[in-house]
Amino acid sequence: MEKLKLAVYWASSCGGCDIALVELGEHLLELAQLADIVFWPCATDGKYSDVEAMEDGSIDLTLFNGAIRTDHDRHLAELLRAKSRLLVAFGSCATEGCIPSLSNIRGAAYALQRASIDNLTSDNPDGIVPCAEYVVPEGKLSLPALESRVHTLQQIVPVDYSIPGCPPHHDQVWRAISQIIAGELPARGATIGADPRTVCDQCPRTRTGRIHVSRFLRVHEGEPAPDTCLLEQGYLCAGPATRAGCGALCIGANMPCRGCYGPPEGVADQGAALLGAVTAGLEAKSDGEIRAALESIADPVGTFYRFSLAASILHTLGSDGEGPNQSCVASQEDRP
Amino acid sequence: MKRITIDPITRLEGHGKITIFLDDRGDVANAYFQVPEFRGFEAFCEGRPVEEMPRITQRICGVCPMAHHMAAAKAADAVFGVEPPPAALRIRELAYSAFVSGDHATHFYVLAGPDFIVGPEADPAERSILGVIGQVGMTMGRRVIQHLQETHEVVALLGGRFVHPVMALPGGVSKAVTAEMQTRLQEIGEDLVEFGLFSLDLWRQTVLGNPAYREMIESEAYLHRTHSMGLVDADNRLNFYDGNVRVVDVEGYEMARYAPQEYRDYVAERVEPWSYVKLPYLKQIGWRGLEDGMESGVYRATPLGRLNAAEGMATPRAQEAYEEYLEAMGGKPVHATLATHWARLVELLYAGERMLELARHPELTDPHVRVIPDGIVGEGVGTVEAPRGTLTHHYITDERGIITRANLIVGTTNNHAAICMSIKKAAQSLIGGGRPVTQGLLNKVEMAFRAYDPCFACATHALPGEMPLEIRIYDHEGQLQTQLQRHTESTGPHARYEERLS
Repeated sequence: MEKLKLAVYWASSCGGCDIALVELGEHLLELAQLADIVFWPCATDGKYSDVEAMEDGSIDLTLFNGAIRTDHDRHLAELLRAKSRLLVAFGSCATEGCIPSLSNIRGAAYALQRASIDNLTSDNPDGIVPCAEYVVPEGKLSLPALESRVHTLQQIVPVDYSIPGCPPHHDQVWRAISQIIAGELPARGATIGADPRTVCDQCPRTRTGRIHVSRFLRVHEGEPAPDTCLLEQGYLCAGPATRAGCGALCIGANMPCRGCYGPPEGVADQGAALLGAVTAGLEAKSDGEIRAALESIADPVGTFYRFSLAASILHTLGSDGEGPNQSCVASQEDRP
Repeated sequence: MKRITIDPITRLEGHGKITIFLDDRGDVANAYFQVPEFRGFEAFCEGRPVEEMPRITQRICGVCPMAHHMAAAKAADAVFGVEPPPAALRIRELAYSAFVSGDHATHFYVLAGPDFIVGPEADPAERSILGVIGQVGMTMGRRVIQHLQETHEVVALLGGRFVHPVMALPGGVSKAVTAEMQTRLQEIGEDLVEFGLFSLDLWRQTVLGNPAYREMIESEAYLHRTHSMGLVDADNRLNFYDGNVRVVDVEGYEMARYAPQEYRDYVAERVEPWSYVKLPYLKQIGWRGLEDGMESGVYRATPLGRLNAAEGMATPRAQEAYEEYLEAMGGKPVHATLATHWARLVELLYAGERMLELARHPELTDPHVRVIPDGIVGEGVGTVEAPRGTLTHHYITDERGIITRANLIVGTTNNHAAICMSIKKAAQSLIGGGRPVTQGLLNKVEMAFRAYDPCFACATHALPGEMPLEIRIYDHEGQLQTQLQRHTESTGPHARYEERLS
């Protein structure tokens, strides 16, 4: 049997998805038997020029992690799409935008300003930001330009399958890879390496179906009982609106789920689904009581859309204009 | 002006680039190390509840999430004005020590070890973790893998999961340690200490026993006289989890010793338009550009810097190893960048010893692991020693604990200026003076910054393989003169160099 040609790439990511692959342990050695790694920047010596030189469709499978943040990320998404037979969005950044897509609330220009200019320790009286092009006496230096907002992979190029999670649990990763190698795949566009149910279905805690509080608690405000549902005790938990597959690990450590596996099968918008589940579960009777309970949620957008803002219906509210430093050209000569 | 571009450097998080400019004589005029990665955490932390920071900021890095998790939890403790109970502090430090032990081991064995254990001049195809295992044997190779797995087990046991653990929150930790867990933690702790001793033995045999390595470590090409920074306890001994920041100057004299919340009086960050990462420097001296020496504000917060900044180690075997290291390196302060590897192994032993001490503590299983805050201060700074440098999280909140300002100075960022300088100096020593550009250049340029274990490269800590490099040298008309490449064999980490003339 001819070995699978496998590529792994990271765009705007934290590296945790690559660690999730390393966590395959002995399965990683098995994978090395079944697949030739033709490109994996963090593990092998592949270069962009090597990928550019490949024929279109010559990579059997690309696991793409990370969101699309810069014009360079976009270029690599397009390049790997063209070269790959199967392109898989791997992990929360590629599938949902993950936590870094909370940056879309205020946009890239604000993020750049807060990091470079308006920052507690920056020494930057001239208000410099990193520029796409910088002229030094010896020549020109270039940086990838930021895009105006964070995108998921699917928003840039067609994606064949998605593996959710921040990061995906290694058992699920192996299950998904085995499925791909065996050719036992569902229809294109499906989510693999997960369970179609919700985290609540995997959670060992007991539930009554009613949220017994008049206001929600933040995690530092109390010590939850270990055996009963966190949401029903008043701790916002994304379990009801989150796809199963992780094994409810965070809940096992006595902390609520924050939703890193994205929405369950058939749910388009995780935040709306969670808001719906929370509201429906409240014991509150009147509109006033319901409003008071919801108003006690400290950070609605950052709670309901912690991992999925870029993929949410709210995404359409953002602007797709030019990025903040795309046409920035600076020169050392102009600096005092 | 000729230009050498090393692009892409794929062992960086995202994408990295080195550009070296040569003057008309072929000597290095300047060298730039650029970090073209930006995610903007400081801005989008605004509006988030501070108690969620341990679970949000760890997404900065999937390799050292525990460092961000702890710095964020400490800053959030301060925002609410709470001191976690003793058992919670022990659990936090125990998990953190296991993490440091695992992180340092992955760097030494997977990333840096190949240069020493296999050899800097060896066939590049062999210069990988597989080559290391080939040299030390499968038994030892398995021991390395077992060590990594055990440190991961500790983090998952206490924090729920290995990547992005969830245990720390303002006022303590989410889960107490049971007697059964404690037994397992002690077993692992004993292994971590043994592994630290084993690693130092390997260093002695392989590196110190080889005169060529000693010469390279002490050579001018890899020397930078900078100030040093690190966290210390009340007795000025190194501490990863807590303490004051101590800075010693180029000569080894204390120039600052401050509580983490005073960091803004001591450190500022230079912004440059050519990189997304800032360049911190010591404010009492000021920014003098990418220069070393007493008159420059550039400092290092690496294992090398920490062992310079501290006056000793808090555990007995690590103290012995520390004394041996200093004696061999000619006393403090040590400025030889490549000695950072040795310093890291001293820290690896310390982290194991400290983890075992905490695992044996009779009150580790105290179920009281939370203090519920009853007020709010509204501002807090949390500092830990991340494996790659002093990590500081600073949050300002409103009266509800919602963040209005966040500032993060991340481990590797401290060393950004020094990394730029080290690359330039290595390039200067290798290129120019009419010497031919050889493929050996590639690995030696890599070694200049590999000693820092830069977190831009975080995921590579746990993976085999050499940094892919492509170096192109152009003449002053922009024509490609020489192209050096290292290729990937289709089987994975085996790589080879190829020189092409065009």
